[in-house]
Amino acid sequence: MDNEIKKRLEITAVKVRMGIIEGVYNAKAGHPGGSLSIADVMTYLYFSLMNADPAVPQKADRDRFVLSKGHTAPCLYSILAHRGFFPADELKTLRKLGSRLQGHPVMDKIPGVDMSTGSLGQGISAACGMALSGKVSGDSYRVYTILGDGEIQEGMVWEAAMFAAHYKLDNLCAIVDNNGLQIDGKIDDVMSPYPIDEKFRAFGWNVICIDAHDFGQIEKAFIEAESKKGQPTVIIQKSIKGKGVSFMEDKANWHGAAPNDEQYGIAMSELKAELERLED
Amino acid sequence: MEKIATRISYGNALNELIKKRPDLFVLDSDVSCATMTNIFGKENPDRHFNCGIQECNMLGVAAGIASTGRLVFASAFAMFAAGRAYEIVRNSIGYPRLNVKIGATHAGISVGEDGASHQCCEDIALMRTIPGMTVINPADDVEAKAAVLAMADFEGPAYLRFGRLPVPVFNNPDTYKFEVGKGVTLKEGGDITIIATGLLVYPAVEAAEELAKEGVNARVINIHTIKPLDEELVIKAARETGKIVVAEEHSVIGGLGSAVAETVSEKCPVPVIKLGVNDTYGHSGPALQLLEEFGLTTNGIIEKVKKALNK
Repeated sequence: MDNEIKKRLEITAVKVRMGIIEGVYNAKAGHPGGSLSIADVMTYLYFSLMNADPAVPQKADRDRFVLSKGHTAPCLYSILAHRGFFPADELKTLRKLGSRLQGHPVMDKIPGVDMSTGSLGQGISAACGMALSGKVSGDSYRVYTILGDGEIQEGMVWEAAMFAAHYKLDNLCAIVDNNGLQIDGKIDDVMSPYPIDEKFRAFGWNVICIDAHDFGQIEKAFIEAESKKGQPTVIIQKSIKGKGVSFMEDKANWHGAAPNDEQYGIAMSELKAELERLED
Repeated sequence: MEKIATRISYGNALNELIKKRPDLFVLDSDVSCATMTNIFGKENPDRHFNCGIQECNMLGVAAGIASTGRLVFASAFAMFAAGRAYEIVRNSIGYPRLNVKIGATHAGISVGEDGASHQCCEDIALMRTIPGMTVINPADDVEAKAAVLAMADFEGPAYLRFGRLPVPVFNNPDTYKFEVGKGVTLKEGGDITIIATGLLVYPAVEAAEELAKEGVNARVINIHTIKPLDEELVIKAARETGKIVVAEEHSVIGGLGSAVAETVSEKCPVPVIKLGVNDTYGHSGPALQLLEEFGLTTNGIIEKVKKALNK
């Protein structure tokens, strides 16, 4: 990846992270940990890869995105706001009465949201439906979906995994965000989904493992995914929950908690410092 | 009178529907030879997708297809479409108001020999509670086909309930008109109203004929659309006849009987007597004998009417 492009994406990702903190802080609730861990891949999808147009959010040939781990809506909303789907100021209304920005994404309220999610395990099935519909009809769009590593404990995910391979949905690319933590603790203490790569391989998927916070690896993975024919691809990204905010990193208790005034100040100043460093 | 199971009507109607809607997808869950979507699959193999034994994923896939603007029917036994996959229907289809049609067959105890694990008497109750869900329970071949074809230009989630047991074809295919949400008055009468749905509609007509011989003039209403309920027709019946018997092959909790009672208790309170499955499970046996045992018959309806009239 070109260094200039990489730097631009890194800068955008920090801004996206600031939007996540802004939203969750104002809501006094929400899921910062898993939102921060997917900020880089989401930035790549919406600012580099996907065919998306904020001026025509519903255009027929757009690439589809399904946030199967719907509780990390703060990241999706921050992405959509920074991409111009709605004003960034609106992020402060997250989870508030009268806001479009519901606790979990709603497709018929928020421009740019392709599927309502929140109940874990269901988003990947909807993504399969979008991919099947497109493939059968000769549409050019591709479908992307992000799952949590805890989410894949849901049996329905493996129904979908079987389905996608059976119908050779090579226009589908799933991303498993392997931050290793879920609400109750470490995923391998709660209910181990490991080995994630071998499971998907056994289900007939093309499997790519990457570092979630390295744009070079992210880009390479998606290029490979697009060129793989006859098979769906899963990108298993090893990530850090809470990435970018020192006191949130790798802490399960930041799965679903909002920062207080002091923590908000520290988080934002850390992110601002990182932004200044990158823009320097 | 000729008898046809409405699941067969469903399979046949899909072959007509695709002529109106070439974008139609039909999904099944390894029961296409029982839901009869294989009738469609044989003629349209490239539009028929077997999802295997995974009703939850199938309904999620249906939501995804609908989100791309194409029409989709997803098929399973009522037990698994409405029961097992309830939360997927609620969250992935109902909440985003996606245009998914659920073709649920083998509803009620008339499934027969398979027994209680497959005899779903709770599906209407479950589907009715989902905001925006339309719930349709056709009474015969003519009505079932018309209901499926009506889905060509009916936008929004809908649950269509079909049966395994062949039932009399009493509607006239040349004159029958289906309208979502509109009940059908099959016989006028002023002494009492029998409101029936699905396979109990024809027995309701028979019951009214028998009762007429004893001087009871019963009105008969066929409610094929349980939600949204034709409240106007129900309230009119309550006002004009003063008593209502509701007959359905479903639990007495949450089904058409409940829907009618909820409506009249608020808007025109009159006694509502429910005939259905009395908060119990079914069991194995020939369908007709089971219906007999549970009182879901012409005689069962007559008894309820007499009870309502203190006769």
